[in-house]
Amino acid sequence: MESNSERIALECRDLHKHLGEGEMRVHVLRGVNLKLYRGEVSAIVGPSGCGKSTLLYLLGLLDRQDSGQILVRGEEVPADQDEAHTRVRGEHIGFVFQFHFLLPEFSAAENVMLPMRKLGRLSEKEMEARACSLLSDVGLGEKTHRLPSQLSGGEQQRVAIARSLANLPSVLLADEPTGNLDVKNSLMVFDSLTQLAKEKGQAVLIVTHNPDLADKCDRILRMQDGQFID
Amino acid sequence: MLMSLAGIVFGVGFFISTQAQLSGYQELFIETILGTDGAIRIEDRIQDSYVFVAASTSKGDNTNFFIADEKNRRFVEGVEHPETVIESIMELQNVEAASPVIKGSIQLQSPLRKDSGQVYGINVDDHIAVSALEDQIQLGSIVDFRMAPMGIIMGHKMAARLDVSVGESIIIRAVDQQRRFTIAAIYETGVSEIDKTRVFMHMSAARSLLKKPHGVTFIQVSVFDRNHALIDAEMIERVANHFTAPWQEREKSWMQLFKTLKLSAAITVSTIIIVSGLGMFSTLFMIVMDKTREIAILRSMGYTRNDISNIFLWQGVIVLFWGTILGCVLGALITYGISRLPMPLSGIFATEYFQVKSTVWHYVQAVVAAVVIVMIASLAPARRAARLVPGDVIRGTAT
Ligand SMILES: Nc1ncnc2c1ncn2[C@@H]1O[C@H](COP(=O)(O)OP(=O)(O)OP(=O)(O)O)[C@@H](O)[C@H]1O
Ligand SMILES: [Mg+2]
Repeated sequence: MESNSERIALECRDLHKHLGEGEMRVHVLRGVNLKLYRGEVSAIVGPSGCGKSTLLYLLGLLDRQDSGQILVRGEEVPADQDEAHTRVRGEHIGFVFQFHFLLPEFSAAENVMLPMRKLGRLSEKEMEARACSLLSDVGLGEKTHRLPSQLSGGEQQRVAIARSLANLPSVLLADEPTGNLDVKNSLMVFDSLTQLAKEKGQAVLIVTHNPDLADKCDRILRMQDGQFID
Repeated sequence: MLMSLAGIVFGVGFFISTQAQLSGYQELFIETILGTDGAIRIEDRIQDSYVFVAASTSKGDNTNFFIADEKNRRFVEGVEHPETVIESIMELQNVEAASPVIKGSIQLQSPLRKDSGQVYGINVDDHIAVSALEDQIQLGSIVDFRMAPMGIIMGHKMAARLDVSVGESIIIRAVDQQRRFTIAAIYETGVSEIDKTRVFMHMSAARSLLKKPHGVTFIQVSVFDRNHALIDAEMIERVANHFTAPWQEREKSWMQLFKTLKLSAAITVSTIIIVSGLGMFSTLFMIVMDKTREIAILRSMGYTRNDISNIFLWQGVIVLFWGTILGCVLGALITYGISRLPMPLSGIFATEYFQVKSTVWHYVQAVVAAVVIVMIASLAPARRAARLVPGDVIRGTAT
């Protein structure tokens, strides 16, 4: 049995974040504490504007907190070091956004290979093989060479999921990954996300407005006015 | 982007070809100077005036000094002992040849007209060695001149004015005497001022005409390396104790003019490159603005700021690579094309074609200008792209 602390993939302590300037300045996150465990799927739910996306960007090191700490695999990532952020992001964190953000000039497989290329641990051949296997895991084994514009919305989002898993991150963060999809596609995307995570032992955090999907997660975190409630 | 590339190509090409033209004319001008008045002219003897200084040492002994007083330098006109001076300067490595010349004002009278001018008394062989006189002869020949003790070589403009030609005779007056001379040859240097006034005759004839039995007016010196003439002149001045004028100093204002022209042409043509740089700058900026999401997503995958700015700098490098290569080729082509264009000209020099002279330096300067401008133009957008905070971009684009 692993000890509890070793199972923590990502942790944050007393996170605060303001957004906007001057009169418009809003205290968006008001002291958020959170632990994400490997192999566990958590959902964040809460009213629009409560700060869910803001929290996710902070946890994904895409932004800087005003105060508080973020620890990835037990190690603190200083808020003001862009280089450290970038490195940890590439190695340990996968991101799925509400919008797929695939690069339109590249095929599905090439999009999935982009994070691997940056990390530079695999040969061209290995990267290709890995991209193909990830794409077939999300049910797109036949369409690896299509451009994003030649895929449906659900398929695009599944390519984005494959891409987020490219470097086997310890943490997978998804911000309303099914927000733009119909019920059937939502379920399919959600299933590929959670199933892969369980198999590969990743910590998954999903922001969703869909109560059915939230119920399928191991843990539901409710957020209001920049804090978790109860 | 293609427009900017074309701009860089033309900018670099024009830069090279305009500089080549100016250098071509400058070269022709220098060649003309060296072919007429020579590289160095040794003129008046320097007579230092000395100042008597009495000083006492610490022991109390009195010592006297003579100090050369530079400000009170005096010049004694002409070179009194040309042989000694020539002997001493021929020791200098860069000195090729020297020709003593005696000079004076004359009046000329042809059957129909009168004119005034300058006579140059020369030793033919010496003078041919320090000038291009032999090549400048249009009618008659140097052999004819050599054979005729009372022969002269006259500029073509003067001959036209006096309405005389080779073989005809003419009366020349100087001081208080007049003699009859025969026109042995007619020359053209291309410099109107010379072609209008200068008459060459044998040294002995000039001596008796001008009543100058000793000494010469100046010594004309040619050198192997013309760029070394300034230093040689300095040496000669010290060795021979005569005032010397190297061509760079004699034609200082012309050299300055060429320099200024080159600089202003460089600036003018560089504006083409600058405008292309601006075009490139705005194009790249638009691409950055257009691709913020892609940039943010690459950043979220672990691509660093440098990775992002390199993408945009690469665009600059590619434009630079092709821009400078094609620009240099274009420059060489234009330069070649121009050199084939007929362009008859005379006045300060004579030529029938456009003059060009390319040096590696023109290419280097053009490339450096393009590199600096393109790098500045792509650096700013690249840095802008690198500074984007992925969170801000994605927040702005998501719901
Ligand atoms: N640039 C900004 N300046 C000021 N306030 C901002 C800015 N961006 C976001 N906010 C505010 O921050 C709060 C949190 O935004 P956030 O996007 O995290 O909400 P959310 O919980 O993800 O909402 P949704 O469910 O609608 O996506 C909102 O109230 C929003 O109005
Ligand atoms: Mg949101």
